[in-house]
Amino acid sequence: MRFMMIVIPKGYESAAPNAAPSAEAVAKMMEYNRSLQKAGVLLALDGLRPPSTGARISYTDGKATVTDGPFAEAKEVIGGYWIIQVRSREEAIEWARRAPMANNEIIEVRQIQEMSDFPEDIQKAAEGFENLTNTSAVKA
Amino acid sequence: MSKIHQTIEAVWKIESTRLIAGIARVTRDVGLAEELAQDALVAALEQWPEEGIPEKPAAWLMTAAKRRAIDYLRRGQMLDQKHGEIAREVEFQQQQLSDALDNALDQVIDDDVLRLIFIACHPVLAIEGRVALTLRLISGLTTAEIARAFLVPEKTLGQRIFRAKRTLSEAHVPFETPRGDELRRRVESVLSVVYLIFNEGYTATSGEEWMRVALCEDALRLGRILVELLPAESEIHGLLALMELQASRTAARRGRDGQAILLLEQDRSLWDYAQIRRGMTALEQAKKLGGGAGNYALQAAIAACHARARTPQETNWEQIVLLYDALLQISPSPIVVLNRAVAVGMERGPAAGLAELDTLTAEPALAGYHLLPSIRGDLLIKLGRFTEAREEIQRAIDMTQNSREKELLMDRLERMPKTHS
Repeated sequence: MRFMMIVIPKGYESAAPNAAPSAEAVAKMMEYNRSLQKAGVLLALDGLRPPSTGARISYTDGKATVTDGPFAEAKEVIGGYWIIQVRSREEAIEWARRAPMANNEIIEVRQIQEMSDFPEDIQKAAEGFENLTNTSAVKA
Repeated sequence: MSKIHQTIEAVWKIESTRLIAGIARVTRDVGLAEELAQDALVAALEQWPEEGIPEKPAAWLMTAAKRRAIDYLRRGQMLDQKHGEIAREVEFQQQQLSDALDNALDQVIDDDVLRLIFIACHPVLAIEGRVALTLRLISGLTTAEIARAFLVPEKTLGQRIFRAKRTLSEAHVPFETPRGDELRRRVESVLSVVYLIFNEGYTATSGEEWMRVALCEDALRLGRILVELLPAESEIHGLLALMELQASRTAARRGRDGQAILLLEQDRSLWDYAQIRRGMTALEQAKKLGGGAGNYALQAAIAACHARARTPQETNWEQIVLLYDALLQISPSPIVVLNRAVAVGMERGPAAGLAELDTLTAEPALAGYHLLPSIRGDLLIKLGRFTEAREEIQRAIDMTQNSREKELLMDRLERMPKTHS
């Protein structure tokens, strides 16, 4: 089963557009990433630029409204994620416990929804849809 | 199982390999190392529910294992003392062992893990023993979990592991990384064990389910671990590519009721394209290392041909036949001839496929192999020779042990036009 470990860094909601972690923090994080890789559990990972460089699109009655970052009202924003393949929710939690996070930072662990989790009518509705990630890779 | 026990089990799955590898570096005996680690697990199961999960669980487990190791040494030396050993010497050895284990924990090096893998897959062991030990030592599965995965009684599996450990100890297999030609040979043994685990999950040879996904995931995890440990070995990348590409079809291979769906009938939008991408990357890496013509890399290249085709009609069968030709060059086997015949049938028509296939009918290695009559039956259906086809499919039904595959074949039998025979 796959899990996403979502990083929610304190204060990232108001971080400057060019904010970057310290070299020391990056080194620690790389060491952790290596441990995931060596254990054979790491599938993907990414860090996200600060929300001040992003935008939020909200929808009311089918109408989309765009708000540029930063998002002053947001209490928690996402800073990055890992996707890991493990055998249980507990194992995902144990991996999250080992991450080198700073004070008050949060990692949220969530299992990735598989199509087979859905009831039959929903699976049917999704049937035959082109997989959205089905683009560049397979042409190689 | 209580929550704390589930957590302990998760910690064990994460830490056990490095723990056993570290202890084995000191004891030079994998069986003993595993026992000591198991003792540490028992201690954790006793103490953690009351004291909570320690801050550094790996260090805790190693300390517990160390305590058992010293007990073990002491017991051994009690016997020695009868032969006049002096007490100070005993104390010195205990201190040495304790220091060595402390050291081993401080830095379990990747080589320790690699050595552990090579030992678990040692050619001196029977293949079932290699599989069981690998899942136990490297994947951190319990005996019960392995037994469930392979549908054998837990007791049988326990004996299998016990025998394997005894064989290793009797053969005095050294705890070291093989070199040179020996390395190549031993890597092959490791890869065959990993692929066997994958295949047992991918097309379960017996039982109610068509796939046992967890076993495939365990094999993939082993493949990823190996790629990190031996990044220069092209065939490891080739095997990883093959497993990723095959596993990418998991969701499409099972119908809603668990029935089997074959490659050309699958809904390709259900394939996992992120996984295909990982497979393609691994295959590129194998080629970059000069291993494009390796056994696993060629099989991966064939799987890649399917992965690239958005519809079955787009499949480049010509390329697939060429890849099978190359595969026959390096590892001629009746199974490869069989698969090549299918590809020839797709490229040049069922009569050509059948001609290829019929070179195999006298092949003793395929006697009892259900895919031979099953494929032959398919080709005969396409040629409209239904009476013969019916006989072949029936033979295949009688041969397969997997009930899902049986269903699939029965269905084919039913869908065939009725003939007068």
